[in-house]
Amino acid sequence: MSNIQQLEDLTTQVRRDILRMVHKVNSGHPGGSLGCAEFFVCLYKELMETKEGFDMDGIGEDLFFLSNGHISPVYYSVLARTGYFPVEELNTFRLIDSRLQGHPTTHEGLPGVRIASGSLGQGMSVAIGAAETKKLNNDNHLIYSLHGDGELQEGQNWEAIMYAAGNKVDNLITAIDLNGQQIDGSTDNVLPMGNIKAKFEAFGWDVVEINEGNNIEAILKGMATAKSLSGNGKPICVLLKTVMGNGVDFMMHTHAWHGKAPNDEQLAVGLAQNAETLGDY
Amino acid sequence: MKTYTNTGNKDTRSGFGAGLTELGKTNENVVALCADLTGSLKMDEFKANHPERFFQVGIAEANMIGIAAGMTIGGKIPFTGTFANFSTGRVYDQIRQSVAYSGKNVKICASHAGVTLGEDGATHQILEDIGLMKMLPGMTVINTCDYNQTKAATLAIAKHDGPVYLRFGRPKVPNFTPENGEFEIGKAVKLIEGNDVTIVATGHLVWEALEAAKALNEEGISAEVINIHTIKPLDDKAILESVTKTACIVTAEEHNYLGGLGESVARVLVQHNPTPQEFVATQDTFGESGTPAQLMDKYGLNSSAIHKAAKKALKRK
Repeated sequence: MSNIQQLEDLTTQVRRDILRMVHKVNSGHPGGSLGCAEFFVCLYKELMETKEGFDMDGIGEDLFFLSNGHISPVYYSVLARTGYFPVEELNTFRLIDSRLQGHPTTHEGLPGVRIASGSLGQGMSVAIGAAETKKLNNDNHLIYSLHGDGELQEGQNWEAIMYAAGNKVDNLITAIDLNGQQIDGSTDNVLPMGNIKAKFEAFGWDVVEINEGNNIEAILKGMATAKSLSGNGKPICVLLKTVMGNGVDFMMHTHAWHGKAPNDEQLAVGLAQNAETLGDY
Repeated sequence: MKTYTNTGNKDTRSGFGAGLTELGKTNENVVALCADLTGSLKMDEFKANHPERFFQVGIAEANMIGIAAGMTIGGKIPFTGTFANFSTGRVYDQIRQSVAYSGKNVKICASHAGVTLGEDGATHQILEDIGLMKMLPGMTVINTCDYNQTKAATLAIAKHDGPVYLRFGRPKVPNFTPENGEFEIGKAVKLIEGNDVTIVATGHLVWEALEAAKALNEEGISAEVINIHTIKPLDDKAILESVTKTACIVTAEEHNYLGGLGESVARVLVQHNPTPQEFVATQDTFGESGTPAQLMDKYGLNSSAIHKAAKKALKRK
């Protein structure tokens, strides 16, 4: 177990990694990555039970699936800093011959990744499949997944949401990153999705709200509640309210940094707001 | 000339069902998923025998493909079942990202392919699926010709590690390949030896090719008939060996001539041994309602069409 300060320190370092990764190749998605840094840190450091090393089947451990694959920088940083592959490899993000593709994939054999994602809306189905296999294998571990709020506009999600409730997939904790932004603007402007909580509940899910999705204690508390609901015959949805670009003031509360990298000056400002804690790669 | 006996008309989809039933008993990792077409896909027996390994996903094919991809994580071998149209075009991106690019061991089993689906018409008669599937890196593409071969292929793909597209059909067609025969993925089956023209056929067109060879034989033309059940990986060697002898070829498939078996064969020939080729296939068109026999005739997919094409190919030597 880590204390809150240790988790905060790791989060700060992850933010630095994200900024440096996208800056180096002048591409990638820093906004959503920064917004989910605390969640990933909590997931991999505190919440998931994982085995040493990595194998694809993941029998006897909790598994995580990232559906909104464009936030790969935060995923890669946290995987590296929790031992799945060398931290130095973050240097190869989006470069030719790298295992750290623009969007996560199993294709190059990067440890920690179990499915390709990026084309949106597919991850919940995959997570359900993995959850069904856990049940068939009498493996009592949980499946976690993360999805963007804008991503819920993809219809496949609703097929999956219906299936999971109808088939009592209660070993699945699906988090929705409610940052209210997508590429073309706010989700309310692009395609209003109404009351997401009511929608999940109407489909037969248990819903846990984490209103401070960038607060580590709030995440841990909310996820503990989510975990306690597992095994009760219903899938569990966590509505994680985050701030896109969190931790870098000029990137916050806007969709402008969804898929744009900072320039040299902007990087310097961002890094100054997030002092090195565990050592840059 | 070697001849083949029809041991009784049977549908290829029932061959799939029989194979799946056997797999249920012999391989506990095999799971089956269906999108509200259990009866049409002949998956009822598997479902009855192994309800815990059967997953009814409802009319939600995209979700079915994603669930199947996820189920491989932890060692299951998912067989998805729906019509060919909904198995491919409808879920192309799901197959591309979650199955093919992710290298998942999913078996996409597709019935009611082509015009022989019949009366339901063009909305359901996909003639583009072989092309769609063969373009995906790492995807194996199989189109079986009769009940026995479909059963054998179903058993064989469970042993193959990697994504597979298995295509079969709705109507009852002659069953003539050996019962419980071996099925080797990627290995063409030479059905009739001949010297004058090669006929390479897949799926329902294989029996039609045998009938055409019979008619050609009566005219003194010796046709070599090859059953290409695997379109990818293609048995290049078998094709090249045959045309070295015959110097002309007919390809026959229940599929658009663009993107199908014929184009795959043409690619091999152009690269290694340019040879006159005739395409028995649909000509970049949609199908329509009708009986399977009427449609095979109207769209030029039966033995007489193959016979005609062979004569044309011979003239081009």
